[in-house]
Amino acid sequence: MKRSAAYPYLAWLAVFTIIPLILVLYYAFTSVSDGAVKFSPDNFVRAFEPMYLIVMWRSFVLALAATAICFLIGYPAAYILARKVGEKKSTLLFLLLVPMWMNFLLRTYSWLTILERNGIINNALFALGLPKMDLLYTREAVVLGMVYNFLSFMILPIYTALSKIDASLIEAAQDLGAGKMNVFFRVIFPLSLPGVVSGVTMVFLPAITTFVIPNLLGGGKDALIGSLIEQQFLRVGDWRFGSAVSVVIMGLIVIAMSLFYAVDSDEGEGGLF
Amino acid sequence: MTENNDNKLIELRNVHKSFGKTVVLTDISLYVKKNEFVTLLGPSGCGKTTTLRIIGGFERPTRGDISFDGKSVLNLPPYQRHVNTVFQKYALFPNMNVFENVAFGLKIRGRQSAEINEKVKAMLKLVKLDGYDKRTVLSLSGGQQQRVAIARALVNEPEALLLDEPLGALDLKLRKEMQIELKNMQVKLGITFVYVTHDQEEALAMSDTVAVMNNGEIQQIGAPEDIYNEPKNAFVAGFIGESNIMGGVMREDYVVSFGGDTFKCVDKGFEKNEDVDVVIRPEDVDLIDAKEARIKGVIKNVTFKGVHYEMRVQAENDYVWTVQNTVMSPVGAAVGIRVEPDLIHVMRRAAG
Ligand SMILES: Nc1ncnc2c1ncn2[C@@H]1O[C@H](COP(=O)(O)OP(=O)(O)O)[C@@H](O)[C@H]1O
Ligand SMILES: [Mg+2]
Repeated sequence: MKRSAAYPYLAWLAVFTIIPLILVLYYAFTSVSDGAVKFSPDNFVRAFEPMYLIVMWRSFVLALAATAICFLIGYPAAYILARKVGEKKSTLLFLLLVPMWMNFLLRTYSWLTILERNGIINNALFALGLPKMDLLYTREAVVLGMVYNFLSFMILPIYTALSKIDASLIEAAQDLGAGKMNVFFRVIFPLSLPGVVSGVTMVFLPAITTFVIPNLLGGGKDALIGSLIEQQFLRVGDWRFGSAVSVVIMGLIVIAMSLFYAVDSDEGEGGLF
Repeated sequence: MTENNDNKLIELRNVHKSFGKTVVLTDISLYVKKNEFVTLLGPSGCGKTTTLRIIGGFERPTRGDISFDGKSVLNLPPYQRHVNTVFQKYALFPNMNVFENVAFGLKIRGRQSAEINEKVKAMLKLVKLDGYDKRTVLSLSGGQQQRVAIARALVNEPEALLLDEPLGALDLKLRKEMQIELKNMQVKLGITFVYVTHDQEEALAMSDTVAVMNNGEIQQIGAPEDIYNEPKNAFVAGFIGESNIMGGVMREDYVVSFGGDTFKCVDKGFEKNEDVDVVIRPEDVDLIDAKEARIKGVIKNVTFKGVHYEMRVQAENDYVWTVQNTVMSPVGAAVGIRVEPDLIHVMRRAAG
């Protein structure tokens, strides 16, 4: 590709990524005292106060739980999808993608009507003579919302990776004496790891930063990072603190992801043996 | 080798295979003896790979039986059959290095790591890849990947090695070298080979027995010399080496008409006036003085082939003969064609 062809993308990158990033860093590292803007670490000192550390930890744990559940549901789903052929496969893919065409807010709101005190589940329980349960505004509801919204981000990359595995590799493993288990754990799973890495990334990142899901399904009871940042910007109006929290969470994500990629590339070199 | 039933390591009996409505194999019967090099030879799409996959356990015959050492293996999955396959496109595991690829079968079978180490090293040496243990398979050349695939299969000491066009992706020079190496390896290790190729030269050069296939049927099974010298039908004759193949009519025993005249031959046992195929090898044609010949023609084209010249001769009846001779006749020369009666091969027309 000619260099000049890359200019529009560079311009895009500059306007929508680099400049905002610089602005965030600028706000995060400055504070106003006596009407003058000056460099200061104050915002970060505050971000590391226990109250906010708890919020970050909680976000991390919930996002991790959602990612793990997405993986446990998504891998088998992708596997089944990859082995299907023809019309059945298209139908399944279609069913998987249809909810994604719906607005994100709408999709999440729909769970309200299912989970709420007079929602579908509780009415069913009531009809069966069972006590009603508090399903909404719990951490479980938040994780459920994350899984529901981000599951297809797990399934699709794994499905793609699995589909790319040459059938002759599986036959070669069988030929060399491998039964179903060995074929899966020594050949199929290692070769699908790139898809798993993408899937985990694509679920974990939106899960750890989402504020719509905890606001709607968590009822804003337990604040998560996303809600905290949203609050600072939109309600409290403290852009500087909001920026500092964003920078911290960005740092955590970078560390978490690089640890994850390091483990993955070890396995890629035959670490499974 | 002696005809001995106990000797049949692999046997296919009346094997048919269809995929849905597509018939791919029709009544394949074939056996492979211990230590034999058997080649399935035929044009692309004739069913060679399918036959090999049935032996390997990757396809199940629609009808018929397959047995190893006299015991049916119809219901045995690939991993329980004591044969290993060298796949057409190698099928090396990209997530493993050379050593791990070769060690795969031994690991699955739970061998001790000292034993694995020793066997894999020895096998890599045999295929001239010592020192390549840690290389990723994708960094190897086609020829080297081929060797890894062979080592990966052989290290399991299979009773038979199945090879599907193993040299198909290599260039001509490397292919010739590997033909010799593979044959040497097979003799040295005393392993049975079932080999698939569409290259008749390769088949003739390497095999003890060749099974010529076409359209999902075996046309002829025999030693390379027999297949070459006594092709059973026009397809085999045309596929193995070059041939002049003409339609003719068998007048009576030892008398056949073709090319506008009637000739003596050594074949018998046909119906009176049965339509037949007449096959004459290019090297069996003598060029003589046109005045003395019953078939006359003109040299259209001459190619030097190294040992001999290959000439196209336009006969008066329009058939273009291929003639090989160490003496060249110039383009445009009028020549006569003569063939000794015992070099005229008369064959039944294939039905249909
Ligand atoms: N799984 C399959 N489904 C349908 N047709 C197949 C399948 N495998 C092979 N065939 C068909 O069977 C025929 C023989 O194929 P193959 O055994 O691969 O031939 P060869 O190895 O001699 O080139 C081909 O016409 C091919 O299209
Ligand atoms: Mg083939």
